[in-house]
Amino acid sequence: MKMLPDDRPGEPGIVFRLAVVGAVPLVLGLAFIGAAGWFSPHRLTQSTLMNTFQAVDGLHPGFRRNHAKGMCVTGWFESSGQAMHLSRATLFGPVRSPVIGRFALAGGMPYQNDAPAKVRSMALRIMPPDGAEWRMGINDIPVFPVRNVSEFNTFTLATRPDPRTGKPDPARMGAFVTTHPETAQAIALIKSRPITSGFANDTYNSLDSFLFVSPNGTTTPVRWAMVPEQARQQSEPRPDETHDGRDYLFTDLIAALARAPLRWHLMITPAEPGDPVADPALPWPSSRPQIDAGVLTLNAAESEDGGPCTNFTYDPLVLPSGITPSDDPIPAARSAAYARSLTLRSGEHKPPGAITPAMIRPGEKT
Amino acid sequence: MSTSIRFSGLARILHWLMAVMILTMLFVGVFMATTTGPAYYTLLSLHRPLGIAILLLALVRLTNRLLVPPPSLPDTMPPLQKAAALGSHVLLYALMIAMPLIGWGMLSAGNYPVIMWGGFHLPPILPHNPVLFATLRHLHTWLAILLFATILLHLAAALLHALILRDSVWPSMVSFRRTERDLP
Repeated sequence: MKMLPDDRPGEPGIVFRLAVVGAVPLVLGLAFIGAAGWFSPHRLTQSTLMNTFQAVDGLHPGFRRNHAKGMCVTGWFESSGQAMHLSRATLFGPVRSPVIGRFALAGGMPYQNDAPAKVRSMALRIMPPDGAEWRMGINDIPVFPVRNVSEFNTFTLATRPDPRTGKPDPARMGAFVTTHPETAQAIALIKSRPITSGFANDTYNSLDSFLFVSPNGTTTPVRWAMVPEQARQQSEPRPDETHDGRDYLFTDLIAALARAPLRWHLMITPAEPGDPVADPALPWPSSRPQIDAGVLTLNAAESEDGGPCTNFTYDPLVLPSGITPSDDPIPAARSAAYARSLTLRSGEHKPPGAITPAMIRPGEKT
Repeated sequence: MSTSIRFSGLARILHWLMAVMILTMLFVGVFMATTTGPAYYTLLSLHRPLGIAILLLALVRLTNRLLVPPPSLPDTMPPLQKAAALGSHVLLYALMIAMPLIGWGMLSAGNYPVIMWGGFHLPPILPHNPVLFATLRHLHTWLAILLFATILLHLAAALLHALILRDSVWPSMVSFRRTERDLP
């Protein structure tokens, strides 16, 4: 230590000063890995959710980790102008916004067979000319089965197949439902929903609540639904549950789009005081007035393989100015998880999906 | 190198302002990347404009560094230490500029809108390409860790100068008092 300057009278000694040199970066470093969750093993990260989907549905490289079986559609959204007083988002104004959409089945299995009661989703990317886009993934169930992401993770894990039987263990789901009465109520609502014959005449609900910000800055919590113009037909049992039937929801949709454009109305429900905004498992009263904000027209189908809906996420927090998140915790979790899913699947080799280009344009080479 | 003993006033202000901004950015980033909680959206909405602000300030700072030479390192420092100091500064500048560009490029490649605030967006700077998105997303993480590690070393070295070596290095960036030696 001879080479170092001597201690100065009245100041801490060299050992203490050396300790400070080491301790300050050390504390900062510990804080950093703390922020990364190293000291919170129970933190629910994006990777936790990816592992959960993999535990339930297996690993399917290149596919979305949830809603893996799907098909691209395109069209446009034309506003009615009736929501302009609720939200200043430009797509509610007098413009026509191109849309890239995706219909899918819930679940992480990209080759699962279609069946009437499986949850169907519509994802939309509405792109007004000024670039203020709105993305959403909405589902044909009336409420979300759980209240938050931690419950979602436990609930989803409860549906994982038992290695002995290859099927979900009813005792596991039973235990969850017993301790979560709100999930029991939500499942009852989901099970009693009308099941339509296909994607084209189905209603898709936001489930989550968002805030609409008006031109003068007033915020209104809202939920919304895409309500079909196509006549609602009850689902009928298919005689053929084998080869031809396994993609029947998608092949029916392809046929319907080949016949004529399909239309849905964007019905906005503003909340009234007391409506549960932060809890997607609770429905809002069905008596709430709705606003017909405009018409979604879809007129073309495309396979995911090479199609326009594959290389991005339907991140529900890609919002235009005029729409913001509410206290509902689910969209943030979906946003974070979708980004992780995109990173994973984009780095993987993707085999052809269930709905191939040849199914959409027979005769064309794929 | 010049004979002045302190960094220029602008260099000192930018150094401390950006120190706060970059550390905030690193902590926000590492938390954001490992949470599915409600803070995710708020933090991401902060992360984008703060990153672009750092990019702009880093360009101002680089220009200032090239125009106004920094004070010479003390002669008591061995050449290897001087080289390490210079090397770490080059790395810090490179990362301050590269990290926001990678973030911006990553969002562009992933087909995300690069929202600053309200309705103000930045244009994409790379083509939509999911493989590029995945690569840049991983690069963004690894370079963030490298940046944080470099900052820790930089901090440890600065404290070593301040508390042990007691040479002119620490006051050249820390002192804001007006001294006669500032005068030309």
